[in-house]
Amino acid sequence: MIELEGLTKRYGEKVAVDNLTFTVRPGIVTGFLGPNGAGKSTTMRMILGLDHPTAGDVRIDGTHYDRLQDPLTYIGALLEAKGVHPGRSAYNHLLWLAQSNGIPERRVREVLGEVGLTAVARKKAKGFSLGMGQRLGIAAALLGDPRILMFDEPVNGLDPEGIHWIRTLMKSLAEQGRTVFVSSHLMSEMALTADHLVVIGQGRLLADTSMAEFIERNSRSYVRVRSPQREALLDALHQAGVTAVDGADGTLEVDGTPAEKIGELAARNGVVLHELSPQQASLEEAFMQLTAESVEYHAHTGAPLPPQQQWGESWRKG
Amino acid sequence: MSTPQPPMPHSAAPEWPAAPGAAPSAPGPAYPTYTSPIPVVRTHLGHALASEWTKIKSVRSTLWTLGVFFALVVGIGLLTGLVVASSDPDLGGESPLSLGFFGLLLGSMCLITLGVLTTASEYGTGMIRTTMVACPSRGRVLAAKALVFFLVAFVVTLVCASVVGLLHVSLLEEHNAADPNGEEWLKGTVGVSLYLALLGTLSLAVGSIVRHSAGAITIMIAAVLAPLVIALFMFSPSLEDVQQALFEYSIPNQMSIFYANSLSESGPSGWDPLWIMLIVTGAALAGAFTLLRKRDV
Repeated sequence: MIELEGLTKRYGEKVAVDNLTFTVRPGIVTGFLGPNGAGKSTTMRMILGLDHPTAGDVRIDGTHYDRLQDPLTYIGALLEAKGVHPGRSAYNHLLWLAQSNGIPERRVREVLGEVGLTAVARKKAKGFSLGMGQRLGIAAALLGDPRILMFDEPVNGLDPEGIHWIRTLMKSLAEQGRTVFVSSHLMSEMALTADHLVVIGQGRLLADTSMAEFIERNSRSYVRVRSPQREALLDALHQAGVTAVDGADGTLEVDGTPAEKIGELAARNGVVLHELSPQQASLEEAFMQLTAESVEYHAHTGAPLPPQQQWGESWRKG
Repeated sequence: MSTPQPPMPHSAAPEWPAAPGAAPSAPGPAYPTYTSPIPVVRTHLGHALASEWTKIKSVRSTLWTLGVFFALVVGIGLLTGLVVASSDPDLGGESPLSLGFFGLLLGSMCLITLGVLTTASEYGTGMIRTTMVACPSRGRVLAAKALVFFLVAFVVTLVCASVVGLLHVSLLEEHNAADPNGEEWLKGTVGVSLYLALLGTLSLAVGSIVRHSAGAITIMIAAVLAPLVIALFMFSPSLEDVQQALFEYSIPNQMSIFYANSLSESGPSGWDPLWIMLIVTGAALAGAFTLLRKRDV
């Protein structure tokens, strides 16, 4: 369990992390979500005792990180910066880590096998691909068989197979009763792995909720209708007391009326339909709305944030 | 984002355990926690030492710098010995050990480099975060690094200095060189090795303070050479005292005191250079430790 209480970090005038209070619980995957520069990495560094908080407190199972005697057996972390000497082999990298915490050397071989790096154990880290580097980082996190795991942007730069592997790994770790805390700036990634969500923007806590709740609260369902006889369809809907709003590309969007009813209505009025599909607003959109005010680096396109439909459409379609 | 996202099966949703309400800070009832079969160990300095020893011996740069050090010290020692012997001199009872000075002076650059790299390179690669996460006691990390490096540097220097010393004594025996007595041997091997290992440890502390390899190496090489070079060009009589002090306390001159040939008759003598270096290195390590504790990694 990781407990944050009023955790704050200031760099001069700039507030990187602003009074964060939340708890990361065991047995589930907790997603730590926020746009780039929201303070996720700074928060994680404070959890690990690397950065000193300006105010507030953070505890690992009730203890400050720097009081942990063998920290790697409590908490394993994959940090964004790889933290591996390019000239050292994967085996030796894990070996010095193991020695620093009195972890038996056989664990080095075990975790190398677990992440699939046994064949390149004696190779230097500088020859590793991004994905292999990430696997080595995960091996280091698993080395002490810790009950808390923390991953900072673990899927960054991975191929689909690697992404799938990490997702499965995180879920299985949580199922074993461990605390899994994983940061990402992609809602889509979180939706697939996390059970619980902590959302921050500009260092402030924006949401601390279960994933199911977040989805329920933030996903709007509606029916998209497309017809060559647009006016006739609008009349028919109007007569039935159903309101439709204009959607993209000349479609109509209907809230609160099931697709079946709209189809029947159209048939009764002899209106041709080219599309009749129930829709779910994307979680990515909900996330972007939530963090819209707090995004630090807006792209200056002049246009409002573009809706990213493809992803939401494929999600949870019944 | 070009990665295709596999659609989430709808049936997975109800399996999610519900979050226990909106009061996340309240410690809930007993959660299922994982217990590792790995025995819990109370770590101490020994673990950090083992870890730093693995680190220092598992990178090529250590081998390179120490290899170059050995080549410089023994190579230059051999050359000077041969040149002096072939010119068929009468050494007039002078100790042959002092010829080892030149190689060690150049070799000190390697120890400075290795010392700096031991700490500063971790900042370059970001590995310092891994190190501090593995061992949150920052003082222990610095102590382990300093101890491991000091011992490695001392042993390697001692071996080189002894080899060169024996070489010179055997080469110059027939040229009326003095047979060095016990104290001369002690100063010319153990003494100068301790001094150079401390100089390397000072570099390690500076590397930890500056956190930048190239910067720290530059500072240390300047510290070794600048006083002597500056003093060479101090012609004004009013600066004579400063010039004298710069000569006497410059690191090359302090090193030469271990061979009993100083640039001047006053100033440090005997084992003084060792004590001076010990105090300076201690102060630098204390500074490095204070900063290490205070700064974010």
